[in-house]
Amino acid sequence: MDVALHFKVQDLNARYVHAIDEDQLEQWPDFFAEDGRYRITTAENVERGLPLSLMYATSRAMMRDRVNSLRNANVYESQRYRHAVGTPLIEPDQDGIVRAVTNFLVARIMHTGETMLFATGRYEDRIALAGDARPHFVEKTVILDSRQIDTLLAIPL
Amino acid sequence: MTIATASRHWPAQGLARVPYWVYSDEDLYAQEQARIFRGRTWNFLCLEAELPGPNTYCRSSLGEMPIVVARDNAGAVHAFENRCAHRGSLLCLKERGAAKEIVCVYHNWTYDLAGNLTGVAFRRGLGGKGGMPKDAKPEEHGPRKLRVETLAGLVFGTFSADTPSLADYLGPEIAARIRRVMRAPVKLLGGYSQVLPSNWKLYMENVKDSYHASLLHAFFTTFRLHRLSQKGGVIISDAGGNHTTYSMAADVAGKEYEQAGMRSAQDDFRLEAPELLTTVDEYGDGVGIQILGVFPSFVLQQIRNSLAVRRVVPQGLERTELVWTAFGFTTDDEALTELRLRQANLIGPAGYVSMEDGAATGFVQRSARAAGDELSVVEMGGHGTSSEDNRVTEAAVRGFWKDYRGHMGL
Repeated sequence: MDVALHFKVQDLNARYVHAIDEDQLEQWPDFFAEDGRYRITTAENVERGLPLSLMYATSRAMMRDRVNSLRNANVYESQRYRHAVGTPLIEPDQDGIVRAVTNFLVARIMHTGETMLFATGRYEDRIALAGDARPHFVEKTVILDSRQIDTLLAIPL
Repeated sequence: MTIATASRHWPAQGLARVPYWVYSDEDLYAQEQARIFRGRTWNFLCLEAELPGPNTYCRSSLGEMPIVVARDNAGAVHAFENRCAHRGSLLCLKERGAAKEIVCVYHNWTYDLAGNLTGVAFRRGLGGKGGMPKDAKPEEHGPRKLRVETLAGLVFGTFSADTPSLADYLGPEIAARIRRVMRAPVKLLGGYSQVLPSNWKLYMENVKDSYHASLLHAFFTTFRLHRLSQKGGVIISDAGGNHTTYSMAADVAGKEYEQAGMRSAQDDFRLEAPELLTTVDEYGDGVGIQILGVFPSFVLQQIRNSLAVRRVVPQGLERTELVWTAFGFTTDDEALTELRLRQANLIGPAGYVSMEDGAATGFVQRSARAAGDELSVVEMGGHGTSSEDNRVTEAAVRGFWKDYRGHMGL
């Protein structure tokens, strides 16, 4: 096992979920390549070969729009997430890209104190690790185990 | 009028007032299942594309009643209760699949795809012992069957022999607006569901409320996707419960929202990636948004090139599952499919212009519990339920209550 590689991926995951959970959403797009892809879908859609997403961005600019809309346009009750991520399964791809599959659980904490298990699933990531750039996601697909979302999904996962 | 509703009386002001107990009365909820969902209404069950060939099935519901929808070997579509004749176990456990017959897992009773009982395991016993009496007629307890009609790729079912034909139920204007959207054979894009912390009626009212869209959903207003100043209107069926609201995509560049200082108009909010909203006028009529509701539980949506059906499934007094299925057409090229997938950012639980609906209906539900006999005010556009050529009106919401009261005897 390439321990250094594992550490890099785990460090990226840790920093990614920390930014979301600590409400540093403005940093969220910076975890991606400029033309990085981010989408949230369900295991059911993946199994059926259907391409629909709940969120779908094909650039950092689209991700910044999502954050801007959450901050300024969309209406939702104040809430936070707490991610727990598992140990990634890693396979080298090509050109300094690795593929990583990481399980996650996300609790949602409402401003009222109500806390629920909001989402479980896996991240299927393609991560750029080579070169001088900070490790970042070229592609991140969030595959939810369940097709059901409680009330709304405002903050990215 | 039954005993349970006898204690409830609609306010004298008529349709312009809605009492909060309609969202918080357990008895009323139970009666709705019988009188509305299993009564004289057509309920959307699935897209025909969800039954892609002979010998396929999918699960659906009629209110809380679980339903199997199936296409038989000859291509005919059937719908029946998802309940074994024997002990009542669910017959279909998978969401969808292909099968020539349906076998109950509990005791292996078998059914054809029309819901007819075709086999009882060990019906004659073994070696002359056990089994059912010769005169037993388990077929008489089979799953109840629905009447099924299809329109432009949509499958509807009704439990009642007295429901008028689907065409008469919808009315010609609503049927025409359905056909407008369903312009070619459907290609499924995918789905998900949203669990709303509210009574099912609050969601259907929300769909029919053409007044709220540009006030609650700032994204609509800010990007001039939908403003009340844009040309549009609302079409309401005679019975009241079916409706279409529509607005033209063309921008009128008015500043009414900004001048009034409305939260929903964010002057300093611009999209860095405006390709999100790239649209083709695939219908050639300039209509940017058309939202259509069929009483009691169906929504058909065209928001630019984002097309979806939404099925409203009541799951208790204060819980509603909203099942979304997005689609395009088999004639779409890759570019149009990509537009639809990108614009799907607008819809669903994470949708820029729909996430608020899940929250807003929940806000009403939370106050309704304690509000009992208080009345909500539904007076925009007056007291009537007629079609209008503007959307600053709650006429379609009043239409919903007109139809509802008719079914419920309230």
